[in-house]
Amino acid sequence: MSDKPAAKASERKTEFKTTVDGFSVKRVYTQDDIKDVKPEDIGVPGEYPFTRHVMRTGYRGRLWTMRQYAGFGTVEETNQRYKYLYKQGQTGFSVAFHLPTQEGYDSDHPLAAGEVGKCGVAVDSLDDMERLWAGLPMGEISTSMTINATASILLAMYIAAAEKQGADVSKLQGTVQNDILKEYIARNTYIFGPQPSMRLVTDVCAYCANNLPEWNSISISAYHMREAGATAAQEVGFVMADGIAYVNAMIKRGMAVDSFAPRFSFFFAANNNLIEEVAKFRAARRLWAKIVKQRFGSDNPRSQMLRFHVQTDGFTLTAQQPLNNVVRVTLQALAAVLGGCQSLHTNSYDEALALPTEDAVQMALRTQQIIAYESGVADTVDPLGGSYYLEKLTSEIEKKAEYYIAEVDKMGGALKAIEAGYIQQEIATSAYDYQNAVDSGEQVVVGVNKFTVKEDTDKELMEIGQEMERKQVAGLGKLKAERDNQRVRVTLKRVQDVAKGSDNVMPVLIEAVKAYATVGEISDTFREVFKEYRQPNIL
Amino acid sequence: MNKTRVLIAKPGLDGHDRGAKVVAKGLRDAGMEVIYLGLRLTPEQIADAAIQEDVDVVGIDCLSGAHMTLFPKTVQAIRDKGGKDILIVAGGIIPDKDRPALKQAGIAEIFGPGTSIDVIAAFIKEHVTKK
Repeated sequence: MSDKPAAKASERKTEFKTTVDGFSVKRVYTQDDIKDVKPEDIGVPGEYPFTRHVMRTGYRGRLWTMRQYAGFGTVEETNQRYKYLYKQGQTGFSVAFHLPTQEGYDSDHPLAAGEVGKCGVAVDSLDDMERLWAGLPMGEISTSMTINATASILLAMYIAAAEKQGADVSKLQGTVQNDILKEYIARNTYIFGPQPSMRLVTDVCAYCANNLPEWNSISISAYHMREAGATAAQEVGFVMADGIAYVNAMIKRGMAVDSFAPRFSFFFAANNNLIEEVAKFRAARRLWAKIVKQRFGSDNPRSQMLRFHVQTDGFTLTAQQPLNNVVRVTLQALAAVLGGCQSLHTNSYDEALALPTEDAVQMALRTQQIIAYESGVADTVDPLGGSYYLEKLTSEIEKKAEYYIAEVDKMGGALKAIEAGYIQQEIATSAYDYQNAVDSGEQVVVGVNKFTVKEDTDKELMEIGQEMERKQVAGLGKLKAERDNQRVRVTLKRVQDVAKGSDNVMPVLIEAVKAYATVGEISDTFREVFKEYRQPNIL
Repeated sequence: MNKTRVLIAKPGLDGHDRGAKVVAKGLRDAGMEVIYLGLRLTPEQIADAAIQEDVDVVGIDCLSGAHMTLFPKTVQAIRDKGGKDILIVAGGIIPDKDRPALKQAGIAEIFGPGTSIDVIAAFIKEHVTKK
């Protein structure tokens, strides 16, 4: 079959593409398009290269974890939201920390002014962490923490709080994001330079491998790159490059790939182009399996399985006609499920305007439940597998991602490519192309550049008051006055000594947080040893 | 006539810089001279750069919800350091109800999600005070 130019005149566009900088889409796909795809590359679920799913039974065994990212205001408010979500049928927890916690400042730091409790929950000390989980059994739940530069400190607090609850620490389940590389690329909450940061990342991974066998020690994140503008293929290519850098760093510490890789997990976005997104997840699974097996010589299938969390893409939410976002989120969540995610967060329709209200969060969770229990797509594994178009796109994404991996390899790996600004620039270019396509109308965004209406601006939004900041700062002052400050000094000195050397920082961090040393104090101790870092501005 | 000089910067701890970068590139393509100062800056750092670079316009943005603290402080710092005529515009996730107070504080216009670059460029051209 061929696309004759004459026939094209009857079509809506001269060229159809998955996304602005994405792949060309043909009128129809046939057997011919997948003749180069090896049957064993598609394979069967539960077997290498896991293109179709990591588990043989897919969701027939166990559904994905419904895990809503939440955190705002004080630990009490967030604890209440967690209990609400639990009651509504959420099956995992996901903590959003406010920016001061993520960037190593206490709530009373001048740079924290105005940020306290705003885009996450304020956690300054173990005291906050303990109260965050009051009434929730840490030994039984599964918790994901979006924390990177200060991941080691917050994981230490989580462990200490669980111990205090009487949980068996060796059975804790969850994930710590702990992915510093994408912070330099896209998310920007790094504190230290790449070298000391990688040491902290691998300290956490090594500690988890030895002490928390059921904990995912890293969530290698493509999500934030997509949010920053990356295409689907860039998302896969660059996250694999980061993954390779982490595996190399662990091997350099003297660890065998199969001793830690089973607890490496990934995090992707789900954007709007349904089939491209499904193909993306499948391509990523196949690529990672091949990388871990062929490049690193793993012979444990569990190391080769790419297990991943998905969040529907926040950037695609529109402030205009916000109810339309319910539909976008549904399609994106469907892509994640058709793509075989292990865990999923669905955004709330009001998130382009503010933090979500309780009603909006409930609807987001219901979206997952409707997909799980009513749509039927969870009843067979990889239901779209074998579609000519899907298999072709899966291969195309894999090839394009391999190109990016090769480019990064040529530069000497992800760290070097980030230092050279290559990954940031590629993503910024895609973001700019997208904006131009939206501005010109080539890319339709319903309610924004087409089908617009004049809107009433009086919407009910969630708000975090200034009172919260005063309360948090007062509580922190009280803690600092009442704790055993001699013990704080002694443990912080130990943190400093270990940071200067090469031992794993986790054990001394656990001591320090148990003495109620704060996130800011421990981060300052690290700052003295590791020095703060600022990367050049890349446009 | 000299090119309009624009400083784009992000005050506070917010790490979302997609919008700021796209606007910086877009205004550059619209013929303006753009200095992109980056993110995680204090109001004082932004004000110092605005004065030093002798800009006509400062564009700030914030998606973390800290705008009610950071935007007025940034305007104040720019004015205090002598940037009396600098046009200050803002972007980010700013609820409608916060807009009157921010405009009162000296933000000339606030561009929310979905704004096209043309709209921002046109506003700047119309309102900038050329030295």
